[in-house]
Amino acid sequence: MNGKAFLALLARDARVARRNMIPLVLQTFLQPLLFVFIFGRVMVGSGYMPAAYKSLLLPGIMAISMVFTGIWAVAMPLIGEFQFTHEIEDRLLAPIDISWVAVEKVVAGLIQAGVTGVLVIPLAWLILRPGLELHVTSPLLLVCMTFLVASFSACGGLALGCSVNQQHIGLMFSMVMTPMIFFGCTYYPWSALSKFPILQKLVLLNPLAYASEGLRAALVPQFPHLSLPFILVALTGFDVLLLVVGLRQFQKKAVT
Amino acid sequence: MTAVRTRSLRKVYSSAPPAAAGGGGPAPGGKRKKEPKPQIIALDGIDLDVAPGQIFGLLGPNGAGKSTTVGILTTRVRPTGGTAWIGEYDVWRDQTAAKRLIGVVAQRPNLDFSLTAREILLFHGAYFGLNSQERNEKAKTLLERFKLTDRADQLVRGFSGGMMQRMSIARAMMHDPQVLFLDEPSVGLDPQTRLLLWEIIREYNQKGRTILLTTHNMEEADALCQQLAIIDHGRIIASGTPGELKASIPGGFLLRLRFGQHSAPLLERLGTLAGVTEVRPNTDGGADLYAGRGGSLIPEIVSAAVALGVELSDVHISEPSLENLFLHHTGRSLRE
Repeated sequence: MNGKAFLALLARDARVARRNMIPLVLQTFLQPLLFVFIFGRVMVGSGYMPAAYKSLLLPGIMAISMVFTGIWAVAMPLIGEFQFTHEIEDRLLAPIDISWVAVEKVVAGLIQAGVTGVLVIPLAWLILRPGLELHVTSPLLLVCMTFLVASFSACGGLALGCSVNQQHIGLMFSMVMTPMIFFGCTYYPWSALSKFPILQKLVLLNPLAYASEGLRAALVPQFPHLSLPFILVALTGFDVLLLVVGLRQFQKKAVT
Repeated sequence: MTAVRTRSLRKVYSSAPPAAAGGGGPAPGGKRKKEPKPQIIALDGIDLDVAPGQIFGLLGPNGAGKSTTVGILTTRVRPTGGTAWIGEYDVWRDQTAAKRLIGVVAQRPNLDFSLTAREILLFHGAYFGLNSQERNEKAKTLLERFKLTDRADQLVRGFSGGMMQRMSIARAMMHDPQVLFLDEPSVGLDPQTRLLLWEIIREYNQKGRTILLTTHNMEEADALCQQLAIIDHGRIIASGTPGELKASIPGGFLLRLRFGQHSAPLLERLGTLAGVTEVRPNTDGGADLYAGRGGSLIPEIVSAAVALGVELSDVHISEPSLENLFLHHTGRSLRE
């Protein structure tokens, strides 16, 4: 592996991200913060939701924002660059194994998703306080969980970006992202599904469920959540699986 | 040691080939009952030897296999069979080493739309390990040479086709590669830019660099290339210097004749005229005459036709050219 070339690839993505900073920030934060405002502030403030919902909601919102950011940051450029602009060709010709070009995309997406996750907490706190009760008992667990969730989003972005055709982007959002979010234990804890036993088993196939539950375990452990070892193993497993699938798809796209 | 070498290079696409790497036609008997996927043989055993410091041209019509050949040599298309080397490196065993030696200008524009012209060059240099000072100097020189300095700090998104093409070539030269691949470099360029491009290609070649370009333009192949291979349907049908190739056409001159009606005796009579080396009847009732002279044959052709009562409806004379060579080998014009 050629470290210099890898860093240059990262620097290129950083330059592009810096250039698109304002739309990127709006796109990343507007939706989750509106959601936080309506559900955490309006619904709770008017008494339709119990006060505890504020704290329950935050980890889910953090998971959604991170997953959206990572998938968007990796998948969208890949779809466009492979199928439409061919911009990626110059990087495929860089003197580095092409798998590292894919890994670089994942790292760039992971960083963006991580930064999003870290920023969503204080922003949401500003909207939700007072009454938001975060109990970070282990900062290491929070860091570790944030990393695993960010990796899941970036690896998922790689796998999706190299598998979805340009004309199917809309379908990707309505058929993959939307069900993933609503069945991802984001707006409710997994235990809330106990009255729907089949659904409760099915959502365990959804990696976002582990992301939400994992962040819940790290930020608001006072609420019921899946067991921590189970979450860690499942998230790591999904990360590896998506990375392997993503790299394979990337190879297929890059070399005909 | 050759700069570029291929042996028995084959490529069969089982789905439609990518846009800039056209296929040569359907495989004979390639279909099986359980496998309805159409197979397209794009390359059918290509052997190339390009000497270092040469400007080598791959000449052929669209879909002949030129882009596929370049794709294999530049690590973007995996060959179905055969081998390809850049210098001492087997392209498909030692990709990274091979990539260090090559610069590639693809047929379709693939510039980084999120970057400015200067940034494109700087990042490209960085991928190849140039240090910051080298990068800046090289980028400045290239922007100047390609007449892009006044637009250097704008996003390339708004560039015209010609500017994008110049930019692609500047980028490919940024790391000073030993072998420069140019896939149809002058398509869509105005004559002035084309001349600038030829000048820059020759200049780069004079530094001892090897250039492999593809073209379906005879004039370009003739003016620019020191060595040519003519490719059609995934096979090389002729190769040599432009001079050698042109000399290999029987007679050199080509006279394309059209008659009011088909007449075998006339064709026979034409074959006996002084200087005529070959008469090939056409399907549309005409004939192609290969001959050692051009215009001076016309009176004799006319009188032969009159004597046999055949009306001559059209005559087209072309001088010895690669176009005629292609026609001679394939029975088709390059432009068809």
